[in-house]
Amino acid sequence: MTRLLDADDIRRALRRLAHEIVEANHGADDLVLMGVQTRGVPLAERLAANIEAIEGQAVPYGPLDVTLYRDDVASRPVRALNDTRFPVDVNAITVVIVDDVLFTGRTIRAAMDAILDVGRPDAIRLVTLIDRGHRELPIRADHVGKNLPTALAERITVRLAEIDDVDEVVLEAVAGDGVADGARSASGSGVRA
Amino acid sequence: MKANRLIAIDDLDAEDLQLVLDTAEVMDEISARRIKKVPTLRGRTVCNLFLEDSTRTRLSFDIAAKRLSADVMNFSAKGSSVSKGESFKDTALTLDAMGVDAVVIRSGSSGAPLQLTRHLDVPILNAGDGWHQHPTQALLDLYTMRSHFGHLEGLTVTICGDIIHSRVARSEIEALTLAGARVRLVAPDTLLPTDLSAWTEVGDVEVVTDLDDALADADVLYLLRVQRERMHRAFFPSSREYARLYGVDARRLAALPEHAIVMHPGPMNRGVEITPDVADSPRALITDQVNNGIAVRMACLYLLIAGSELDDDRAAAARSRPATAEVSP
Repeated sequence: MTRLLDADDIRRALRRLAHEIVEANHGADDLVLMGVQTRGVPLAERLAANIEAIEGQAVPYGPLDVTLYRDDVASRPVRALNDTRFPVDVNAITVVIVDDVLFTGRTIRAAMDAILDVGRPDAIRLVTLIDRGHRELPIRADHVGKNLPTALAERITVRLAEIDDVDEVVLEAVAGDGVADGARSASGSGVRA
Repeated sequence: MKANRLIAIDDLDAEDLQLVLDTAEVMDEISARRIKKVPTLRGRTVCNLFLEDSTRTRLSFDIAAKRLSADVMNFSAKGSSVSKGESFKDTALTLDAMGVDAVVIRSGSSGAPLQLTRHLDVPILNAGDGWHQHPTQALLDLYTMRSHFGHLEGLTVTICGDIIHSRVARSEIEALTLAGARVRLVAPDTLLPTDLSAWTEVGDVEVVTDLDDALADADVLYLLRVQRERMHRAFFPSSREYARLYGVDARRLAALPEHAIVMHPGPMNRGVEITPDVADSPRALITDQVNNGIAVRMACLYLLIAGSELDDDRAAAARSRPATAEVSP
């Protein structure tokens, strides 16, 4: 197990990402941050706090559960659903999807469908703390905390104080196929199912 | 969810019950949207097999499946080969051959859904069978109570009326017991099952003879329909006498605590078990029950169908389960 980012690294990355978001958006107007359940949710909240510190203006944020939009509903164990709450009308504003790890891109595809079902935003952007590569869909992040090229047999785990009592990003090797499935559902984002 | 069918409330444990109610909350949010549809069950087929008349349950299951993007096959006894004398088994085998992913069944015969599990390996949802069970009705009632009070544990629910003929009451009593609520049954002796031990030994269930004695501390007054179509002998002298002893009017409504609510599974016999002014009062959550039925049935369909391709082990376990009827009192 290797620790790739510690609490200070995550704090600095989120501050830079907040700057990038307001720079690209020309301010904090007409913006909503949607955190993908589960670890995208505290990340969205932290980014909103950072943006407020920078621009002196509160940015709405909310949780987004994409389970009902996934393309693998039939082949995965049923999962409990979490809240989805759009704090504002998404029509004609910019929606920023916030996730912890960008991997295959399938979660983000599902997130975009979930957002487009409730309205027609001017734009959808993607912010991720970690981009670990291995995309299966033509999706890329607009703002990345850290690019971490990985092997498929490795697992990236993001832990956040709000959920896991500690802020860190660790890299672990995964042994055998059987582990991969369980590992992925247990942690923030791991190995291809 | 551990259950792979919903034939009776005892297919669920307390954890599953909570999962269904929590999932229904998310489904409720979808029903409030402009586009009331998610793609979750796209390409899956749900068969609504209705061998007995129904309005709200059938419409509710139909719309629930459609909001999850499933294809829906509606099948009723009238206008199908059942009216030509096709056996129940052959009907089941036909559904199997057509490749349905779940069957919702309503039947006048207790045990029909259980029979179906012998011929089909897909999730079976009981939409009411004879005098036996109507689990989704109980689940939507518990959801309605939980939405109103914020919790179920410790609530006192007075169920009044035709208990013996009521599949709703059977499911309701078991579900409330599972959730830790207190149940009181009020009915003429002729409309009470003779042996109540299966309920009273497991849960906090008691019988009260006089409705007026069961009002002052009730959180929920749950009225059952007088099921005339199932009454082939005289269970009580007249509708007027029933209304006087067991019907709820403005006076009895006033005797309830101020926070208490009135519920009824529908269809109502206005003027018998409930007077029109009570039925239309803001304390009667009868239309909420109908509305919540969609979200709860979406939750049941989602939890039973999603992931069903994955667990072959679970399906195999269900097939080996002895198919004896688990009949309530």
